[in-house]
Amino acid sequence: MSTGPGLESLVDQTISVITNDGRNIVGVLRGFDQATNIILDESHERVYSTKEGVQQLVLGLYIIRGDNISVVGELDEELDANLDLSKLRAHPLKPVIH
Amino acid sequence: MLFFSYFKELVGKEVTVELKNDLAIRGTLHSVDQYLNIKLENIRVVDQDKYPHMLSVRNCFIRGSVVRYVQLPPDGVDIDILHDATRREARGG
Repeated sequence: MSTGPGLESLVDQTISVITNDGRNIVGVLRGFDQATNIILDESHERVYSTKEGVQQLVLGLYIIRGDNISVVGELDEELDANLDLSKLRAHPLKPVIH
Repeated sequence: MLFFSYFKELVGKEVTVELKNDLAIRGTLHSVDQYLNIKLENIRVVDQDKYPHMLSVRNCFIRGSVVRYVQLPPDGVDIDILHDATRREARGG
């Protein structure tokens, strides 16, 4: 189905994933399936806190199980470049409660 | 199947999707699939000061399993048609 919200248009693009436990992982989408399991290359986690700016932890190649994914966002390079992560302070996202 | 068809009718409209982690995302409905996964365009998070986590995202895919509510535009629902359709569904087709 061409009109469905598959992730094919995002393959090889940088995406920002929010997981069910509230983590934010940014990386390049290399593959996915119907269950939204995804392969993320060159990934890093962005750790939010109220005490200091956003910390970036290098993760590398990751597979994230679809069950654990909330949102997959297309990272806009321009918006991201204008963002000063070192000044951004926020509580980490809450985990999903089903 | 009914709500899949129903959401397909809403493509192009502005909706607010509230997630089960309390994040609320507003944007233009781009597409929906059988799992009720939703793609939104030109999003903004409601209460961006509290939730700056998606500031560099313009378009996003939301997994159907984490959606709590979808807030619809007032003109997005024809109640009579939806009533009839849900009754038909309840009767078994």
